[in-house]
Amino acid sequence: MEQEKVVDKVAEQIEETRRREVVLSSLRQTVLNDLDSTIQTDQFLLNMGPQHPSTHGVLRVLLDLDGERIKRSIPDLGYLHRGTEKIAEYRTYNQIIPMTDRLDYVSAMANNYAFVRAVEKLLEIKVPERAEYIRTIVAEVQRIVNHLFWLGTQALDIGAMSVFFYTFREREELLDLFEIICGARLTSNYYRVGGVDADLPKEFITRLYKFLDTFEKNIGEYNTLLETNRIWLARTKNIAVITGEDAINFGVSGPSLRGSGVDYDLRKYEPYGVYDQVEWSVPVGTNGDVYDRYWIRIEEMRESSKIIRQCLDRLPAGKILTDDHKITFPDKGKVMHNMETLIHHFLLVVQGFKVPAGDTYCGTETPKGELGFYIVSDGSGKPYRMKIRAPSFIHIGALDHMAKGYMVADIVTIFGTLDIVMGECDR
Amino acid sequence: MHPVAESISREWPEVFLGSREALGDLTVYLKPEGALSVFRALHDDERYAYDYIVDVVSVDYPKESDRFEVVVILYSMSRKHRVMVKQRVSEANPVVDSIVGIWKGAEFMEREVYDMMGVQFRGHPDLRRILMPDDYDEGYPLRKDFPLIGKGWRDDMSFVPKMKRITKDNREISARD
Repeated sequence: MEQEKVVDKVAEQIEETRRREVVLSSLRQTVLNDLDSTIQTDQFLLNMGPQHPSTHGVLRVLLDLDGERIKRSIPDLGYLHRGTEKIAEYRTYNQIIPMTDRLDYVSAMANNYAFVRAVEKLLEIKVPERAEYIRTIVAEVQRIVNHLFWLGTQALDIGAMSVFFYTFREREELLDLFEIICGARLTSNYYRVGGVDADLPKEFITRLYKFLDTFEKNIGEYNTLLETNRIWLARTKNIAVITGEDAINFGVSGPSLRGSGVDYDLRKYEPYGVYDQVEWSVPVGTNGDVYDRYWIRIEEMRESSKIIRQCLDRLPAGKILTDDHKITFPDKGKVMHNMETLIHHFLLVVQGFKVPAGDTYCGTETPKGELGFYIVSDGSGKPYRMKIRAPSFIHIGALDHMAKGYMVADIVTIFGTLDIVMGECDR
Repeated sequence: MHPVAESISREWPEVFLGSREALGDLTVYLKPEGALSVFRALHDDERYAYDYIVDVVSVDYPKESDRFEVVVILYSMSRKHRVMVKQRVSEANPVVDSIVGIWKGAEFMEREVYDMMGVQFRGHPDLRRILMPDDYDEGYPLRKDFPLIGKGWRDDMSFVPKMKRITKDNREISARD
């Protein structure tokens, strides 16, 4: 009874805040319109970045301002360009997996997944069922990690500090879980062509269940922290609006596209892993503003935890790597006793596995959007050409369009809402 | 032949060069001359409706006469279908038509292709380098004849000490350094 009363009270408060927000935003608009007609403004060029805490790395933007309004924003990229695509042409496929960790360094597992899927598509091999389940679980854990990180920093950028501490506490627990399965917190190097590197230990599964039990409740809490914050609402609603058509035309993907009301999720429409065997839905927004994209990410975390729970319940027994030792490393114990296994091991280390000649594009739904790998193979053990379709890079292409006409203070919000990571953008 | 490729070949026989289906992907080969009108139809025509731009990619085949391959990957939201459109250009005249007027997202992608491979896009509003510095003049890094370690620019920097060959005589000194 007591609890219900509290819940009702909170719901009432949220409703009240919403009502006030509507009145306030219309008031704000009238004031702004008045100001626009009376105040004289100067035009000037403002440099922002590359070393600025809110640019999430080393993004530099030149802002062409009219008073406090953004007329044009010109992104300047390349401060973190490491030539990943060039280096990949000189590495075997197995050597490229750790390089993909460094693309989007807050969700390394997702990058691994995107890369190995592209290679598997070229090789036309099947992955054991248990490996598919593990891959899906880990990819969704990574999605939660990424969105928690995003939620904390986005709120921090706008000035709501407290959410950051909660989300990072949760993220820490999940990174500990990553450490159990692959020994690293951020640069995981866990996925392999044909499966995964290591099996899930019992401790991982029990701790993940325990985490999910509290997490589903906690998301609601973080939601209330921000939903009842009037300043935060005023700074996210109707900011950086992009319509569905424009978002499609710009090639925007992931939560940023779904926030504009476009129902496009590769996990649903080109299912991979075991996404077609579990029940979940794709949250789709309506307004295409910062708030909608926030809502999408919150809902995605809920959906992810649903997926993880179902996968954990059904996790089948079996192998975690394919048996084809022309592609995957054989069991280390056998290498020293079996001639054929030794040869396989030697060839894999020295030459890498051969991929049939051809080219393919394979896109994967990572937390940031559609991360695609276009690989051209000439039949050797190294890719002839590897192109990374980085969602961050493409989202920055839409930055000018999204920032036009908003205040200079909003640019920080816009960086945040696109969820860009420069490691992936500059490659 | 895939129905999409077939109808392109019927409508633009002078631009269409061929098509291929492999690994579940459709690839269409076009001549760079006149390809723009095909792209416009691929976007506007409801039979194709490729409204989403996935990527613009370049591949270098230095031994062939038409050295550079420009791949435009498109996706149709309504039909849930992906297509790769390929054009070949030579090193002497590495120019293809820009598709920024059709897909705005192509602006950054084409700039990257120009930056990395040196293929130029006719009609691009702002064709500058994007990842490399604006004044970078050593060529195009992703061409196959560009060495992996770069062209020695780093060695010319005065603050990078020249690496000394370690011999028996100076081993201790260099270890201390």
